[in-house]
Amino acid sequence: MNRGRLLRNTAMTGVFSVAGWVAIVFIFLIFLFTFKETVGVLNAHTMKAFFLANPPVWQPTSDIPKLSLIPIILGTLKATVVGMLFACPVGVCAALFSSEFAPPRLREVIKPVIELLAGIPSVVMGFFALIVLATWLQDLFGFTYRLNAVNAGLALGFALVPIVYTISEDGLSAVPRAYREASFALGATRFQTAWKVVLPAAAPAVFASFVLAFGRAVGETMILLMAGGNAAITSLSLLDPLRTLSATIAAEMGEVVVGSEHYAALFFMGTLLFVITFVSNSMGQWVIARMQQRLQGATR
Amino acid sequence: MKLARIVSAIVLTGSLATLVACGGGEQREGASSAASRANNKPLTIKGSDTMVILGQRLAEEYMKANQGTVVQVNGGGSGTGIAALINGTVDLAQSSREMKEDEKAKAKQARGSDIVETPIALDALGVFVHSTNPVQTLTIAQVKDIYQGKVSNWNQVGGPDAPLVLYGRESSSGTYDYFREHVLEKGDFAPNVQTLQGTAAIINAVGQDKNGIGYGGIAYAKEVRAIAISAADKQPVAPSEATVADGTYPLSRKLYFYYSANAPERVTKFAQWALTPEAQALVTKVGYFPLTK
Repeated sequence: MNRGRLLRNTAMTGVFSVAGWVAIVFIFLIFLFTFKETVGVLNAHTMKAFFLANPPVWQPTSDIPKLSLIPIILGTLKATVVGMLFACPVGVCAALFSSEFAPPRLREVIKPVIELLAGIPSVVMGFFALIVLATWLQDLFGFTYRLNAVNAGLALGFALVPIVYTISEDGLSAVPRAYREASFALGATRFQTAWKVVLPAAAPAVFASFVLAFGRAVGETMILLMAGGNAAITSLSLLDPLRTLSATIAAEMGEVVVGSEHYAALFFMGTLLFVITFVSNSMGQWVIARMQQRLQGATR
Repeated sequence: MKLARIVSAIVLTGSLATLVACGGGEQREGASSAASRANNKPLTIKGSDTMVILGQRLAEEYMKANQGTVVQVNGGGSGTGIAALINGTVDLAQSSREMKEDEKAKAKQARGSDIVETPIALDALGVFVHSTNPVQTLTIAQVKDIYQGKVSNWNQVGGPDAPLVLYGRESSSGTYDYFREHVLEKGDFAPNVQTLQGTAAIINAVGQDKNGIGYGGIAYAKEVRAIAISAADKQPVAPSEATVADGTYPLSRKLYFYYSANAPERVTKFAQWALTPEAQALVTKVGYFPLTK
């Protein structure tokens, strides 16, 4: 009987460790594959075509393919900036409200509802932005283009709010009570306490939430594919349509000739996205880990 | 802990999105899926987004007439369909452009037999504007200038003083290829053409944008106006069955079925059925034009 249990234990441990390794190996293989397809084009000639082409034009299926990544990187940045400009203040203010001002009962409602927002499929968000939001914005501001960086960025912002909110809120709630009590004792109002004591104390969490939201924004595909207009224009105007790295991969991978320069360019974009999100996510995780250590140290 | 929750929410979002994107597409199967059909291999069709509606209607009617057969129709673009035919992942490719010689060679190599080309309908490529747009006619040269960015205001082509807002298709689309070849004469599109996924999306966008202009299969034209087009030194002609059939409308094209000559009977039977008067009547009903013999 003892032996049977031992055997079962060993077997289950085996199953778990295999599952764990499979997950790790998958990620590693995906990275390897993307990198392998990219490495062939990492030479001066293609880099020149990707970054220094003049005029910077993305026309990959033209008779003379033009593969400048500049308009596409610019589009990605524009959408990300607008999305972050919307999501960061809104997310942090919502977090401050629910951790510092909201009555406990209300807080119990706000938190899960905003977290639920993270579960809305991004196609749904994209569809909403394409059909409804674009029309509202155009009617309101008289934009020339229905689908532009403002529209796409706002829709992206909706998807980022829950990320900023959840992590910031966790950070704010973890600030020790003693800080608040000390602040009140010195005669600070609730607002002063929240703004000048609690928020600075939770700054690393807020920063981490921004970094993670940035990673998501850069990699987000469906919302921008649907709501961004997908025109590869080299322009800094937020009122022009935009085309992002991820949307370009999604739209063009289906028909690209395997092994062509266009194919390599798409994989290069994939690697670029991989590296950007990898760096920003690692940075966010690192800050969170450090912050937790510090706070635990402080409360002990 | 909280982080784990949000990460899982993001992952869930991603997988849901994929699900919706795949399942919510234009796939439609037979109404009933009785177990008796399970051993019947379905006929898989993929390709032109322009032809998705047509393919689906044909498939529905065909399945009604032939109990027990299952036909699956997917979009994705002509190029995508042809690539799938070459890779052997579908039985039949729908295409709104002719298959290129090198594609035919590749398919022959991969499938071990020649590729059969069956034109099944005629389509007119419409140039659409908002229903309130006063512009009634454009020459092909004007459309070319518009899409190459040489003209940027409606008043340069006889309209009001308003910026032109261009809508077009992704490069995987047969409509894109046709337009680039026959209107732009193989030139490049202007970078500010907004590329949308499917003709339906273009119609929707132009329908809501009073300065918009788009192009696509005429069958989709609802709540927008298809402009009369004139070829060099000719009178402008509006797209209609008569003008497409007699060849006076300058932007008409054939829609094709492609399959390999050694394809199983379920494929050839369907392709031949599509040419029967019964099926050709459906072609008209969907908004395309039957083949003129």
